[in-house]
Amino acid sequence: MTTIDLENSTVRELNRELHTASAGSWYVKNPRGAHALAVGLNAPLYVEIVGHAGYYCAGMNQEATVIVKGNVATGVAENMMSGRVHVHGHASQSAGATAHGGLLIIDGDASARCGISMKGINIVVKGSVGHMSAFMGQAGDLVVLGDAGDALGDSLYEARLFVRGKVASLGTDCVEKEMRSEHLTALAELLRQSGADADPSEFRRYGSSRKLYNFQRDNVSHY
Amino acid sequence: MCGIVGLFLKNKKLEPDLGALLAPMLDSMCGRGPDSAGLAIYDGISPAGVVKISLQHDDLAYDWAKLADELETRIKGKVQYSVNSTHALFFVAGEESAIRVILREIAPKVAIMSMGKRIQIMKETGTPAEVIARFGVSGMRGSHAIAHTRMATESAVTTAGSHPFSTGSDLCLVHNGSLSNHSRLRTNLQREGIVFSTENDTEVAAGYLANRLQHGFSLQAALEASLRDLDGFYTFAVGTASGFAVLRDPIACKPAVLAETDDYVAMASEYRALTSLPGIEHARLWEPEPAVVYNWSHS
Repeated sequence: MTTIDLENSTVRELNRELHTASAGSWYVKNPRGAHALAVGLNAPLYVEIVGHAGYYCAGMNQEATVIVKGNVATGVAENMMSGRVHVHGHASQSAGATAHGGLLIIDGDASARCGISMKGINIVVKGSVGHMSAFMGQAGDLVVLGDAGDALGDSLYEARLFVRGKVASLGTDCVEKEMRSEHLTALAELLRQSGADADPSEFRRYGSSRKLYNFQRDNVSHY
Repeated sequence: MCGIVGLFLKNKKLEPDLGALLAPMLDSMCGRGPDSAGLAIYDGISPAGVVKISLQHDDLAYDWAKLADELETRIKGKVQYSVNSTHALFFVAGEESAIRVILREIAPKVAIMSMGKRIQIMKETGTPAEVIARFGVSGMRGSHAIAHTRMATESAVTTAGSHPFSTGSDLCLVHNGSLSNHSRLRTNLQREGIVFSTENDTEVAAGYLANRLQHGFSLQAALEASLRDLDGFYTFAVGTASGFAVLRDPIACKPAVLAETDDYVAMASEYRALTSLPGIEHARLWEPEPAVVYNWSHS
């Protein structure tokens, strides 16, 4: 395992080294809230960041595994394509934004707009999520073991939302849906991959009522 | 963008180091706005009947001694002052509103940055590092402070348009965001006697809070009322004689993080700004909830 201490190295040096590698493990010390740590990785690397990370940590990730032993600021794993990002602490807003694939695990809470415009990523939040989570979510699963804030799933497309706790309110066009066996199976698998100790039967499923896909005059008040 | 930071000391032993603790916090936020920077620092308490006034003039050679003499003649009382770069800190015997009227009359080009018993405001165009060096912030003491570094989006890059804004006694505000209903609100507040010096939206928010406090609202109640009356994006840090408060709008687009230890409460736009604080590794860290007022004060 290679150790990079950001007390002595720059973020550019860290990312350059990660971008030129095809395999290996890195241990990143003293992140001190720096932005853009381990972004744009494009190989099956293993990166462990010890401390709190700033904006866009592990953004655009492909194939790599990024572990953050601390909190992350805005936009962790934004636009991730594949791979795995695991935050041991809390995440700020827009976690997993617009991401196409991979698995994002947040052991703590995620604040507002978690999974905004998600396009295929799976997100498991072991705590609670803030308001407007999964806004305009198109594909992928958002699993929340705690509670969800206001306007969950507003203007949702086909992302699937599973919440174990209370939902403060559902956003426009988001409705509770029946939990069928295929959903329980998919949820159990995500919980297993995330190491989350929770019973799939305790969750409720939410999805789009598909009334806003095309403009209809009858729905004008919802837009 | 814009970056804001605040530091409220719970441990009095740290008070001599307030400036030294605050300076790197502000400097680290330069990337969020390098146009201008400023701070409000609260220290000591001026004697009964004496007002502490932060004044500013663009001319470094401005004759502050002459202004002090004229002021003494007009108020028929004692005036003490010290000069710090483009700013001067005056201690004037008298009543705030009367002194304000006299200052406007005898020195219309001198900007009144703040008035009160404890507050001192310093702000100028330039990066945080330049502003910190200009005023010698690192050597300053105090019980709490808020500071701001600005990326101007809404009004000109000038000293007057820099934050913090103060429109009430010992009250000031820094702001990350923009307000959309400030024009109408300014007109309404002017009708109620609030005086504004700029076209800046944040000054209207400061004036709004001053007006609510004049109507007998607590700071907590004034900030809760602002959620209804202010339209726009904001994270506010508010300084008062005894403490500070933090509020984010209900949408909460503008970032904020809070940290608390036995020694202090700190807030910043980003966690990066807190990393230089002692004991931050063991601080309780959290992101303030949208539309919730967080308020600390010395009893």
